[in-house]
Amino acid sequence: MMPSPAFAPYLVDRNIHAVVIGASAGGVDAMLRLFSGLPATYPLPLIALLHMQEMRESRLATVFQHRMSMRVKEAEDKETIVPGKLYFASAGYHLSIEHSLSFSISCEPPLHFSRPSIDILMESAADAYGPTLMGILLTGASHDGAMGMQKIKESGGLTVIQDPAEAEVAYMPQEAIKLQTPDLILNLADIHRLLMILDHQHVD
Amino acid sequence: MTDKKQDQVDLSTNGGIAGGQPETRMSPLDIELRLLMEAIYLRYSYDFRDYSGASQKRRVVQAVRALDCQSVSELQARILHDANLFMQLLQFLTIPVSEMFRDPTYYAALRSQVIPILSTYPSLKIWVAGCSTGEEVYSMAILLKEEGLLERSIIYATDINPQSLEKAKKGVFPLDRMQLYTKNYQEAGGHGAFSDYYTAAYNAALFDKSLCENITFADHSLSTDSVFSETNFISCRNVLIYFNRTLQDRALGLFHSSLCHRGFLGLGSKESIDFSDYSSHFEPVSKRDRLFRKL
Repeated sequence: MMPSPAFAPYLVDRNIHAVVIGASAGGVDAMLRLFSGLPATYPLPLIALLHMQEMRESRLATVFQHRMSMRVKEAEDKETIVPGKLYFASAGYHLSIEHSLSFSISCEPPLHFSRPSIDILMESAADAYGPTLMGILLTGASHDGAMGMQKIKESGGLTVIQDPAEAEVAYMPQEAIKLQTPDLILNLADIHRLLMILDHQHVD
Repeated sequence: MTDKKQDQVDLSTNGGIAGGQPETRMSPLDIELRLLMEAIYLRYSYDFRDYSGASQKRRVVQAVRALDCQSVSELQARILHDANLFMQLLQFLTIPVSEMFRDPTYYAALRSQVIPILSTYPSLKIWVAGCSTGEEVYSMAILLKEEGLLERSIIYATDINPQSLEKAKKGVFPLDRMQLYTKNYQEAGGHGAFSDYYTAAYNAALFDKSLCENITFADHSLSTDSVFSETNFISCRNVLIYFNRTLQDRALGLFHSSLCHRGFLGLGSKESIDFSDYSSHFEPVSKRDRLFRKL
């Protein structure tokens, strides 16, 4: 049995129902490292947003499905969110989460030059899930995500930011940390362990 | 906006979410939003009550700021007594973001899979629902012209926003958009030179008036109005995404009633009828391009 990691106390009395993850430059590798090894029966929905270059047909879901046993798919408009799936935001549209815990997409103008925008996804997720949400922000060269992480924390959710020292591009985690101190600043290996602990917590 | 609370979720009223259930108690902001939509409906007959909540909330919060109000409640009080201010709010509640030949493969699929069948009709009625400022209508008119169908077509271009309809009627678009539109037009299988369709003046591109001769621009709401004509093809792109499932079903019901036997329906590139009651009433023509045919 591994010793309990230092961040374990943050999970005591927490009931996480969904995880939202944002990343920009360097994010494909970071997310692959983060998600690889999560079991097909993972008890939470993972909702991921990765900035891509002007690419209308995103193949992220296909790329990740090859490396994972969890079911991976693009988040679709009006789709009900269910546990055990990794959802990716589609290119070219903002992704939001409704109070009914389903997705909606929209064509509002880009935010921080990004559509989809991490801020928009995270703010709506914080609104829908409140304190049962965990937000993770990873590597990137964008200001996107800082405000969204702040909203998650204000709504009582758990906020985790990749250690800028480890991130391929430190700017995005740094900006988010500047705006609001997150609950945890961890390297990818530890964020992965955190996700695994949530898995075990749910298997009572 | 000085009242920062407007942006925040009030945790004390958020208890219902902690159980993983949809909320049982609404936050003050959510209550204000619902009351605003009710007030708009009662006063102006615009029905935004069944729009998707998250995007609507963002846009109302933006409007509160832009129109110098302290809260959604204050905005509600003011629009009830000021029709001009309501018209300004309407510009936030609708999303006039469009481009010509957006998603070129949609238009290419129209040419290859829908036009050959439409060509067999002696006359055509085409409905562009939620046409906004007209980019899609002009794209459709250009495509029909190149396929030799424009003269025997009537195009209904409808929207709920009178300011958007006025812009659409004028057919004037920013010149700096033409580079993108030309690229889209070519990728969509355009037969000619895109610049033949407009005259450049100052910073504007004025589109050929002959494209408009068979277009009827009209005020029509998918949430409150009924079917007005039998149609052969309906194009409604990136409109249904702003509706909740109830309203999506209403709109798809209207389309189903309006379409003739084996009529065609085109949606936005990420829109789906899979989650709708009407999914079994249409068959896909091109799944990727969201083209369907009435069963």
